[in-house]
Amino acid sequence: MTISTTKRLAALALLASIALGACSSGAASSAPSSAASTARASTAPGGGALTGSIVIDGSSTVYPITEAVTEEFKKTNAGVQIGVAESGTGGGFKKFCAGETDINDASRPIKKADAAEGVACKTNGVDYVQLQVAIDGLTVAVNPRNSWANCLTLAQLKIIYGPDSPEKLTWDQVDPTFPKEPVVRFMPGADSGTFDYFTEAVNGKVDASTAFATQSEDDNVLVTGVAGDKNAIGYFGYAYYAENKAKIKAVGIDGGAGCVAPTETTIGDGTYKPLSRPLFIYPNTGKAKASPALKAYVDYYLANTAALAAEVGYVAVPETLAQQQVSAWNGAVPK
Amino acid sequence: MAASLGVVTTIGIVVLLTYQTVQFFQIVNPIDFLTGTVWSASIEPYKFGVLALVSGTLLVATIAMIIGTPLGLLSAILLSEYSSNRVRNIVKPVLETIAGIPTIVLGFFAINFLSPEVLKPIFGDDIGIFSALAGGIVVGILITPLIASISEDAMRAVPRGLREGAYAMGATKFEVVRKVVLPAAVSGVMASIVLAMSRAVGETMAVVLAVGTRPQLTFNPLESVQTMTAFIVQITQGETSQGSVQFLSLFAVAMVLFVITFALNLASAWIVRRYRTAY
Amino acid sequence: MAGLTATPAASSPPRFEPALMRRKLTGTLFYGACLAAIGILIVALLALLLDVLIVGLPWLDIDFIASMPSRRPAQAGVLPALVGSIELAIIVGLITFPVGIGAALYLAEYAPDTRVTRLLQTNISNLAGVPSIIYGIFGLAIFVRLLGLGPVLFSGAATLALVILPLVIIASIEAIKAVPQAQREGAYALGASRWQMVRSSVLPAAAPGIMTGIILAMARAIGEAAPLVVVGAAAFVTSLPQPLSGSFTVLPIQVFNWAQRPQADFQGIAAAAIIVILVLVFILNLLALVVRARLSRHIQW
Repeated sequence: MTISTTKRLAALALLASIALGACSSGAASSAPSSAASTARASTAPGGGALTGSIVIDGSSTVYPITEAVTEEFKKTNAGVQIGVAESGTGGGFKKFCAGETDINDASRPIKKADAAEGVACKTNGVDYVQLQVAIDGLTVAVNPRNSWANCLTLAQLKIIYGPDSPEKLTWDQVDPTFPKEPVVRFMPGADSGTFDYFTEAVNGKVDASTAFATQSEDDNVLVTGVAGDKNAIGYFGYAYYAENKAKIKAVGIDGGAGCVAPTETTIGDGTYKPLSRPLFIYPNTGKAKASPALKAYVDYYLANTAALAAEVGYVAVPETLAQQQVSAWNGAVPK
Repeated sequence: MAASLGVVTTIGIVVLLTYQTVQFFQIVNPIDFLTGTVWSASIEPYKFGVLALVSGTLLVATIAMIIGTPLGLLSAILLSEYSSNRVRNIVKPVLETIAGIPTIVLGFFAINFLSPEVLKPIFGDDIGIFSALAGGIVVGILITPLIASISEDAMRAVPRGLREGAYAMGATKFEVVRKVVLPAAVSGVMASIVLAMSRAVGETMAVVLAVGTRPQLTFNPLESVQTMTAFIVQITQGETSQGSVQFLSLFAVAMVLFVITFALNLASAWIVRRYRTAY
Repeated sequence: MAGLTATPAASSPPRFEPALMRRKLTGTLFYGACLAAIGILIVALLALLLDVLIVGLPWLDIDFIASMPSRRPAQAGVLPALVGSIELAIIVGLITFPVGIGAALYLAEYAPDTRVTRLLQTNISNLAGVPSIIYGIFGLAIFVRLLGLGPVLFSGAATLALVILPLVIIASIEAIKAVPQAQREGAYALGASRWQMVRSSVLPAAAPGIMTGIILAMARAIGEAAPLVVVGAAAFVTSLPQPLSGSFTVLPIQVFNWAQRPQADFQGIAAAAIIVILVLVFILNLLALVVRARLSRHIQW
């Protein structure tokens, strides 16, 4: 009795997996044409005789751009298998320098002297080139009912977010003309690239920050927090502000040359300082030389990042800089 | 054979953790680590006092157990003693659905619904969007099916003869449960509680979202804290380099977690052994 | 008649009546408490489900299930993630079923009650509490790197199998221990060998409990994301996952990814994906229910 039951269960499982295997290949061929393909498909609809696989990992900030590029690239190159993961810039670099991934998305430059990054890449013979693909404008936002903080200087930001900031800070301590209300602070998680960049730009040193703020790894939570309290202030990527303009208000930043509000223009031409941070990809040049698919992918990336980055909420790199990236790429991996 | 896989895995994990922990202790003084009460791994000045994280974990786990154990046990008793087979076949899948909810979903539930709509109206300004209480509640909900299912199976396995003997002597249903079924099933019940405790201490994704990232040594459940597991996730997903001291610290934290869980389990196993009834 | 009260003169039986009322009252209160407990759980579950359904149902349609992911929420689908989750569940089940039951049988039936055995059991309880992300790091080191499998579905499945194995073993041990000795002794009395006794008396009796353990554990495996991210699961793939090659993704990772995007529509599809996960788990539970009902038909006690 037991044996037959066990055998029955095993047979059921086996049947299910076979059915699934058949099902998935069946479903693949009946799924919407523009995107589905399995490893078996060699002649792809839409042309493009390129085949191969590309593994991309890294920053969750750069991820949306890479996702957009991958989706568009796939439409004309259905024979290439691409997987995009987001383990974080650090985790991504470790895998990249171990030779496990083909491209690393990064929201900060690689740390050349670090044992798990630059040094590991050298030891393992992983050659790369740093390509900037977009700019993210870190936006400081306040509640729409906040009528006083329309422009803040870097010094004022430091009062709010600096390491010496007291636990109970009031707005009038930031500027005597502001009301005497508590400052309700929000900020991204201390391990995110946004945090690292902001603290370095505003407080002078990476990781130098007040601890008296509500932190969240999920920027949506920060938006909700700022939108929910009249005295709240928070900072996050521009995309999160752009999507929620009805709920929050951006603060102009005075980096020494007058008040500049974050817009696509000011971030793109560099006048929104110093809170514009570059976003990079690091392709493995050795692998690109050996794989036409990888080379084609990066070519496509550089050619289309301007449009696609804007679509997902980032700002395109200025034209001259973009040309430089293309030259650098073609120099490292000739056509 | 198959059981030795458990030993191999444990040895493997211990080796992995020890190797990295040793490297960590070459940078950070172990005494400071074990006795320090401030944990600030990514905000200057860097401090690595693990007690802040331990208190976060214990706070959340305690709240979870306070919620989960009675809910789980009462459900189990209801299912095994008071219900017909039909009711049972409905309620048990409900419990298992709760068990199947991805922990991330519970985390989002905590910050999108529980904190703003339930806890904030009750506690007002004393509570923020993140709190140990919110985390404790969702983890409590998470472990309830675990306690309920395993306890209930243990209770149902108590031979009917024992119950009928008690009824024959004039006991009410409640007394039968209290004096006959529970003591007979205590080994299974305790096992489920221990398992739930381990799970509560080791729970990751739900607390990452619900409890926050503010490590502090506090016993106030309304505060935002950070648990050991949440810290580990934060570092792995973040932008830190994997050769940095912050990354190494996660292994030291994991080691502490491992040791605490081990101690809890040893203690519970001893208790179970003392009270087990075999028949 | 007037004058006679409910309690006749001086003897212990008179105390029985009011005491019985009180005892019954306690019993009823307790029953009420049990119902309240289930009630709280059902309310919590409903709140969660309603929240998810309201946001997610508008986005749930055949296209959603059958499409590949996309950066545009309206076109995005969960097909690779769904296939990945199902394949993952099957492989995890195939690994844990024999290994888990085997280990449980050994520990509960064959192993002598020595300190070593108790230590083994404590060890397994301990492993149940290790955060799943540590298993992820472990799995990365062993399956992806050491064994050279790479970041493929199988590595993820093996890692998750390690995560849930302790749960399965412990639940199975309890189920096996709960089988009354009488069953075993009866088999021995009929002249069965140890293995025959286990096979025909213990296993069928413990089967429902074992299935409970496996179902709970697999439900957990379907919902896990963190260890898979460490092992190398992708968030965006362009083809359906194969067990031993290529990138893979699973439903919880899609949910996590989409829920953190700024565009409001992503919250909608994240909720829709959650509904898919819940349906998957529900089907799994139904399957287990059927199996369990058939297996426990003949349990007489």
